[in-house]
Amino acid sequence: MNDNNSIGLVVPKLVKINKKLNLESGKILDNYQLKYETYGVLNPNKSNAVLICHALSGNQHAAGFYENEEKPGWWDNMIGPNKPIDTNKVFVVSLNNIGGCHGSTGPISINPKNNKIYGSDFPLITVSDWVNTQKELMDYLNIPYWQFVVGGSLGGMQSFQWALQYPSLIKNSIIIAGALKLTAQNIAFNEVARQAIMKDPNWHDGNYIEKGLAPKQGLALARMLGHITYLSDTSMKEKFGRDLKKSKLNFNFDVEFEIESYLRHQGEKFVAGFDANTYLLMTKSLDYYDPVKNLGYKIDENLKKTKSKFLVISFTSDWRFPPKRSKEIVKLLLNSERDISYCEIDADGGHDAFLMVNKDYFDVMKNFINQVCDGI
Amino acid sequence: MAFRKDLLLISSWIKPNTKVLDLGCGNGELLKILKKNQNVRGYGIDNDIKNIKDSLKKDVNVLQIDLDNNLSEFETNSFDYVVLAQSLQVVKRPKELIDEMLRIGKEIIVSFPNMGHWSSRVQLLTKGMMPITKNLPYTWDKTPNIHLCTIRDFFTFCEKNKYRILEESITNKKQKSNFLIRMMPNLFGEIATFRIK
Repeated sequence: MNDNNSIGLVVPKLVKINKKLNLESGKILDNYQLKYETYGVLNPNKSNAVLICHALSGNQHAAGFYENEEKPGWWDNMIGPNKPIDTNKVFVVSLNNIGGCHGSTGPISINPKNNKIYGSDFPLITVSDWVNTQKELMDYLNIPYWQFVVGGSLGGMQSFQWALQYPSLIKNSIIIAGALKLTAQNIAFNEVARQAIMKDPNWHDGNYIEKGLAPKQGLALARMLGHITYLSDTSMKEKFGRDLKKSKLNFNFDVEFEIESYLRHQGEKFVAGFDANTYLLMTKSLDYYDPVKNLGYKIDENLKKTKSKFLVISFTSDWRFPPKRSKEIVKLLLNSERDISYCEIDADGGHDAFLMVNKDYFDVMKNFINQVCDGI
Repeated sequence: MAFRKDLLLISSWIKPNTKVLDLGCGNGELLKILKKNQNVRGYGIDNDIKNIKDSLKKDVNVLQIDLDNNLSEFETNSFDYVVLAQSLQVVKRPKELIDEMLRIGKEIIVSFPNMGHWSSRVQLLTKGMMPITKNLPYTWDKTPNIHLCTIRDFFTFCEKNKYRILEESITNKKQKSNFLIRMMPNLFGEIATFRIK
């Protein structure tokens, strides 16, 4: 908390959107609420607002500290005074997407139609649906356009989708460790994660909360699997190697290697703060995203409608969304003659590198964003 | 601000309101000039993260791509000009790269330091060691330049591969020509720049 570059104490806010939301699935949410945080100040001509989009397990708490909490928000290294996303210059909006489990309407909320917890009745949500809800929040906050929208992984998909869906409301789109669509391998990992959850004896068809239960084993397994794919072989080797918890082998199946202990800990920690239905929903949203297929040849037409600039960043050791995936985005944008810059950061951190401090990565963000801010 | 003189020559060859791909764009200087003065839509390519950062500072589009790989991100005939300024000598496969450039661009502009300059020849002749000159300042073991050539080499290369030279400029480092350079370009020229189709 003594960090001079910290945004300091933050308090989340809640807005109730009393407007029907037509979902891509055809289902309708009559109304919903969004939990969000803001950092910095919206300038008088409202030209400095930026949107942070979270990834699979993220939420509205991107930066700063909650009262009585030690741990800062999930992107605190990136957002704050004099950080790449400089809260002295920009007004940051960060929300929990619907379908989430940190205060926005989602599977753990009460379904107003029957006053029961939604559970598995909560509709599947797509990236495009999220962008629509983010637009509602934007209107509520009286923001005329985003100076930039930024996100990593699934967040990057939202940033790209903004340019497609509201081409005139976004000036810059920053897409980090992203992809235009998942590969079969990506979907396969997601499916194993979902199966782990749905095979848990406490699953009860997704309506576990009303029974006072939770598919904790399954969700922990899903997280452990996911976590492996977010790290790289190199980073695991560096962090854990083959180090043993005790000095010798026990010849049993207890936790013996450090990596086992770490993964179990990650699983347990995750389960304490995350809902299994939300996890399923987020993975499905990832699987479904495929704007090129959805729009077909019209994607070029759509992209040509936006004056948004793009910054695409990938990481060398990311094998979940490797540089190749980012280059597909680059190619698409080049074909549409958009302003685009791309860089491939040399980093060992795997997919999670987008959450870690790295001088090259941060310099690139800083230089790009400074140019954006000079134009405000 | 002091521009690299050779980039001024190149920018003078590029028509306004065109689309330019600059390979080995360095700090983005050429694209900045072109964007500002000639309303050119430009993209730079470089593989050095420092150059990526510097180009971003100049607010030009820059892509981190290795020129030794193919340039499949770019469609055929999608640019008016593809430029390779003083980087021909650092790539692994010069011919393949020039073919890629000709595929992507309607015209290409290539410049390189002339290994046939008298200062290099004298050094090799008198010292019997790899020349170190103002334009080629590296020792043999530290140089990034793996495909140096002379102006005469380049003419032969173009002839052999049927590249059509539309325009050429052979000058000293300050981008000036003189009587000696005009008489014996391969002996007195320091920088050679070609516009090719």
